[in-house]
Amino acid sequence: MLYLAPILPEAIVGLGAIALMMVAAFVRRGSIWTHWVAIALLLAACVALVGAPQEAGRVFGGMYAADGFAAFGKVIIFLSAAVAIVMAHNWFERDYEHGAEYPVLILLSALGAAVMVSATDLMMLYVGLELQSLSAYVLASYRRHDERSAEAGLKYFVLGGLASGILLYGISLLYGFSGTTGFTGIAVAFAGEEATSIGLTFGLVFTLAGIAFKIAAVPFHMWTPDVYEGAPTPVTAFFAAGQKVAAILLATRICLDAMAPALDAWRQIVIFAALASIILGAVAAYGQTNVKRLLAYSSINNVGFALVGLAAGGEAGAQAVLFYSAIYVVMTLGAFLCVLRMRDADGRPVESLASLSGLSQTRPALAAAIAIFMFSLAGIPPLFGFWPKLMVFNAAVDAGLQLLALAAAAATVIGAYYYLKVVKIMYFDEPAAPFLRPRSPLETGLIALAALIVSPLGYLLIGPLGRLSANAASVF
Amino acid sequence: MIALLAFYLFATVTIASAVLVIFARNPVHSVLWLILAFFNAAGLILLTGAEFIAMLLVIVYVGAVAVLFLFVVMMLDVDFSSLRSGFTRNLPFGLMIALVLLAEIVIAVGAQQAGPVLARGAAAPAVDAVSNIEALGTALYTRYLIPFELAGLILLVAMIGAIVLTHRSRGDVRGQNANRQISRRPQDATRNTRPVSGEGVTL
Repeated sequence: MLYLAPILPEAIVGLGAIALMMVAAFVRRGSIWTHWVAIALLLAACVALVGAPQEAGRVFGGMYAADGFAAFGKVIIFLSAAVAIVMAHNWFERDYEHGAEYPVLILLSALGAAVMVSATDLMMLYVGLELQSLSAYVLASYRRHDERSAEAGLKYFVLGGLASGILLYGISLLYGFSGTTGFTGIAVAFAGEEATSIGLTFGLVFTLAGIAFKIAAVPFHMWTPDVYEGAPTPVTAFFAAGQKVAAILLATRICLDAMAPALDAWRQIVIFAALASIILGAVAAYGQTNVKRLLAYSSINNVGFALVGLAAGGEAGAQAVLFYSAIYVVMTLGAFLCVLRMRDADGRPVESLASLSGLSQTRPALAAAIAIFMFSLAGIPPLFGFWPKLMVFNAAVDAGLQLLALAAAAATVIGAYYYLKVVKIMYFDEPAAPFLRPRSPLETGLIALAALIVSPLGYLLIGPLGRLSANAASVF
Repeated sequence: MIALLAFYLFATVTIASAVLVIFARNPVHSVLWLILAFFNAAGLILLTGAEFIAMLLVIVYVGAVAVLFLFVVMMLDVDFSSLRSGFTRNLPFGLMIALVLLAEIVIAVGAQQAGPVLARGAAAPAVDAVSNIEALGTALYTRYLIPFELAGLILLVAMIGAIVLTHRSRGDVRGQNANRQISRRPQDATRNTRPVSGEGVTL
């Protein structure tokens, strides 16, 4: 059994999900205890990540990496999954028909995401991606009586299926022209004399296109606003946080490991996707009146910055991506926790930007938290959101991509406009109808914690988080 | 000799039943001919030594897909004669697709005979003394154990998803309570009476 030790965290989540489903099928429905068990499982998996031999390297014949990079990503994924489950407490109706399936699906999706960040083989990569995506399709249309939720699920499913097809096409080309599905073997093929082989290049392009869909990078971002708007808010938070980070780290590993020798081939793709995502994410957010759509464009925008770090390549680039992902997740989860607080007097969720007007007068603390997240997402200096952006630009400049860093920094200013617009609406507009005050101390605590991390106090984290991400990036 | 005979037998029946799938008037008969075609195709595959794929064809296509077709044909009220009315009109289109497929087969065979296309061919796996099924099982349960188990989880997600998205507990149907049925005693449900003639009975 010792050879299974490196996948102990995945085993806890996967077997736990199955056991939870079985137990939940035989006991009273609609109770909330399944949520707590799922959260306990995710936290146990995080503990196991620390305890298990995470320096085992490549296991299972080189198909799976249990290294620091994967562990870093898995902690982010598991914690954001746990937050997504906490969020659901107040979101779904009290005795919702399928109360137990929600945590089970989140657990399975988190398991797929964990496999994605660990995969060092194209087959493993695809299996992990599908497990994560299929759970996500179901979660997106979880409130199936809600028209928008059903639409989001269907849209996500159809476009996700298309992206999987594109990815598989790329994988089959890579396999055909390199003769192996292992990342190491593919790297050898890219470094060999057939490096200029048109087949390998095609495989690279299609694989990256498929992954670009999963991380919602322009030009494969079209599904994001609709899905993020229609899906239940806790699910959207998980999509924007855990799932997105898993896909970004997957892209990082495949670019820096399997395709490392073909740096010039993938760098231009990544640079284009990065710039296009930053600019489109900023410009398209202008006319949005729905908070969730706004955050969807914000996530497209942020993916662009993470890709700037990836374009830098090498260990420094990987470290920048990891650091950026960690802080991005905190900001995003914080913002979505605040969105969950937006409920009208009857307790129904509202999502329009207009309903935020004058929030500083009715709910000063909530308004301050949203303002902190918005300033931080915009990357305005005193807040911690500035630091990862600086790291990313730094990595790009060190890699000789000064123009890219300059263009991305300029585009930050465009993005700042709509983040600041939210703050302006909250602080300078006439108050709208006040929100209902929900009693959920845990969520309040999480908002406060997230706000504390991205506040200027977060700079204290630079040391430990920097060491962790440097250690994680050292695998490349 | 016997192998050659078997090949021609399987091949002839496959083609004949495939033709009958198209020309059978009754859609249920079409599906039955299709099952026969599948069986004979499995026989052909068996002759080439790929016993695992042959069994897979029988189990998956005959056991699941064809039966599903049969269910669809018998359960749904589809007017097949109206579906077939455009046969001559769509004939050129069908012929075109058939030509494209034929060209692809010719090209594929030609390319295969021209030698390996790929720049870097993987070493062909050594032909051991073990049978196909044994070799597949060894690969699936040792080297590819984790992806294989994860594929199982994906199917589980599909099942959960189907239930989450379609199941609803209906209040207007009376479910069966097996416990109550079993615990019912004869003396609770029946009684012995001796009706007197001409007095009627109380119910």
